[in-house]
Amino acid sequence: MRVSARLSEQVGALLLAAALAAAAPAVAEAPRRVVSINLCTDQLAMMLAAPGQLLSVSHLATEPQTSAMVEEARAYPANRGQAEEVFLMHPDVVLAGTFTARQSVDLLRSLGIEVVELPPANAFSDIPDQLRTVGRALGREARAEELVAEFEADLARLKVDLPPARAAMYYPRGYTTGSGTLADAILRHTGFSNVAAELGLDGGGDLPLERLVMAQPDMIVTSSPYPGASRAEELMDHPALQAVRAEAGSVEVSDGGWICGTPAVLQALEVMGEARRNLAAVRLTELDGSR
Amino acid sequence: MSLLALENLTVRRGDCPVVDHVTFTVSPGEVLGLIGPNGAGKTSLLRAAMGLLPSAGRSSLAGLAPRVRARAAAFLPQAREIAWPVDVETLVMLGRVPHAGRRVTAADREAVTRALDRMGLAGYRQRIATALSGGEQARVLIARTLAQEAPLLLADEPVAGLDPESQIRTMQVFQSLAAEGRAVVASIHDLGLAARHCTRLLLIARGRLVADGPPGVVLTAANLAEVFGVRAYYADTPDGPVFQPLGVTR
Amino acid sequence: MRYPLLLLALALLVVLLFLLSLLVGPAALGLGESLRALVTGQGEAVVLVMREIRLPRAILGLAVGAVLGISGAAMQGFLRNPLAEPGLVGVSSSAALGAVIALQTGLAASFTLALPLSALAGAAISVLLILGLAGPRGGALALILAGVAISALAAAGVALILNLSPNPFAAMEIVFWMMGSLADRSMTHVALALPFLLAGSALLLTLGRGLDALTLGEDAAEALGVRLGRVRLLLILGTALSVGAAVAVAGTVGFVGLVVPHILRPLVGARPSRLLPASALGGAAMLLAADVAVRVIAPDRDLKLGVLTAIVGSPFFLHLIWRMRRMEA
Repeated sequence: MRVSARLSEQVGALLLAAALAAAAPAVAEAPRRVVSINLCTDQLAMMLAAPGQLLSVSHLATEPQTSAMVEEARAYPANRGQAEEVFLMHPDVVLAGTFTARQSVDLLRSLGIEVVELPPANAFSDIPDQLRTVGRALGREARAEELVAEFEADLARLKVDLPPARAAMYYPRGYTTGSGTLADAILRHTGFSNVAAELGLDGGGDLPLERLVMAQPDMIVTSSPYPGASRAEELMDHPALQAVRAEAGSVEVSDGGWICGTPAVLQALEVMGEARRNLAAVRLTELDGSR
Repeated sequence: MSLLALENLTVRRGDCPVVDHVTFTVSPGEVLGLIGPNGAGKTSLLRAAMGLLPSAGRSSLAGLAPRVRARAAAFLPQAREIAWPVDVETLVMLGRVPHAGRRVTAADREAVTRALDRMGLAGYRQRIATALSGGEQARVLIARTLAQEAPLLLADEPVAGLDPESQIRTMQVFQSLAAEGRAVVASIHDLGLAARHCTRLLLIARGRLVADGPPGVVLTAANLAEVFGVRAYYADTPDGPVFQPLGVTR
Repeated sequence: MRYPLLLLALALLVVLLFLLSLLVGPAALGLGESLRALVTGQGEAVVLVMREIRLPRAILGLAVGAVLGISGAAMQGFLRNPLAEPGLVGVSSSAALGAVIALQTGLAASFTLALPLSALAGAAISVLLILGLAGPRGGALALILAGVAISALAAAGVALILNLSPNPFAAMEIVFWMMGSLADRSMTHVALALPFLLAGSALLLTLGRGLDALTLGEDAAEALGVRLGRVRLLLILGTALSVGAAVAVAGTVGFVGLVVPHILRPLVGARPSRLLPASALGGAAMLLAADVAVRVIAPDRDLKLGVLTAIVGSPFFLHLIWRMRRMEA
């Protein structure tokens, strides 16, 4: 016992030292010129950056359909994530997603620019990690800790304790998200179970309309439409889907709160929590009516 | 009563007339040979007479409604087109299009049989037309115009490319049509065949009608030298007129 | 008397494939259960699947296939060229361009008929171009080259418009417009397209006698009392109506109008008039079969119809070119 305690003490000390060593340069000198080229790092950077520190965010950050921080993003020049334009901004640090165009990231690295890459978040527990990672990259650890604390408190507050109602995410072209995704976590946190996960889908994928209809969900979650026309979105007007919606509850959400592992998921949690409580109320009145 | 009347029929290609004020009439019982060198305007004349080519002047056929015209005159184009591998009977039956209602009648079948018999094609009914030899195809296409059973047949080079037997037989078919009170107008390059089988020849040069009359009147040495640039032997024999070009004159 | 038998056999095949199309789908439904739901309307979700998802899909498969078959047969008859086909000569892609313009300008959203009408206009313009460029004889080389040029231009137009669309999904749909699909079509689409499809086929079916006579060439046909101008006009209208509406709801599905008349021609004694109804049935059968196949091969993905018809059709196309070359030589 004592041996293992001492061992863990030593390990702890080692880890602390490593952490300090890692943090040391950031403490010593926070980067002055930061460019983000990914929708999710855009939003984390805008939350965390000191005034003047963030030079540019990606053009997606100002897209109302995808971004949760459109207003804030308008204050920054937009970039399209190409190595040439990013390099000409002379950044100290570039923030990118792991799915950002590989060539751009490799080229920037070969030009001697530090690139911090963030993987997509698949669970709520990823969110504090990502806040801290970006906080460290920007030399804003303290601000990151504040946001983490705030986030964790809100997360607990928004937990809905109702028996799970069966919800299906249904996006244009029949795209849906199954288990192991942030969207799945949002549903489970707000009193829903995920129909796509129930049908065996892991990660994102297409759900044929007939299988959705046969699953008879209690709630259909769709996203707000883009301008212009597409067959993918035309599917949302399919009579069969409308019939299912008429039976089930239905909520249209903006993607901003669902895509990125940022505290913006709280917006999604609020919307879904309210939808779940409304569903409960409707069901109760229906039951009353039938008596 | 004439079967075809042309009055100053004129066809222009640009400013240049290819058929120039041609006037003649065709009466029942005539086998009319349209002769002239290459490019004289024989094909244009026949097409314009049918109303298939815009023209000035008058053709008694051109003004008719298409269905009515198709019953007044049959037309055999120079190009021997058979687009699809249909059988001979089907192809000849196309001659009944101007007559037919929705269904094929006994009269249609009889007309087809008569046409096939006339062209010596009785055994060819079920043969695929596109698989026949060029000469056989030509005879099948003539049979199609016969099945139309119109009082007048306009044929553009009907015997070109046929073997001597088929040429003679075809000309004899035309003569038998004339004997029934119908008429044939056929453009023809073989002047010997024309001289023997036509009741009347029309000589065309540069779009103009140069001579019109019985073979002996049209095929004069002067006309031949002037229009064709040839000299020829021509004699009336017990076997009928004999015509043989002998040499060129220019 | 073999001809009525052929039509009967083809009709039976179409009925069978229509039923099969109703029974195949990603949701595994029992045979009895699904047919009962379709007919009686009992069983909530199953009825929705059968009546709102599979029935419109099967109806469109039948109707779109029929018009593709018949318009191929009609164009071939008119141009006297077995290579003429709405997909190959660019009529379908031009219709797609028309449809995409109507969708992306918002015209289709503001008035419903704009979509089929715009596709129809695209198709009509390309038929006019083809008849003009390929000439009255419709020589194989001129026809195919004109088709290549028109297809390329229309496809570029479709890609350009969809790439410039503010909608991120639009650009992904270039492949739909190029390859065609019947996935997720609804009764709304049936109602939109069916009147045009029926009117177009009806016009094309009246061309039989004229096309028969055209076997002998234009002069002979005209001399037989066929009004060529009228035949040409009806062909343009009929093709535009049917191909336009088909493409507006199903994208461009190639080769149906090539393969079907090619297979059926010997069976109808090569008569263009008999080929028209037979090709309508054959086209319906081919498209229904292709649409069943895409659902069997990849139940959860939207495999495009044109992929299958091209795999089946291209060898036919090559075979035809080979045979024509041999005949010319």
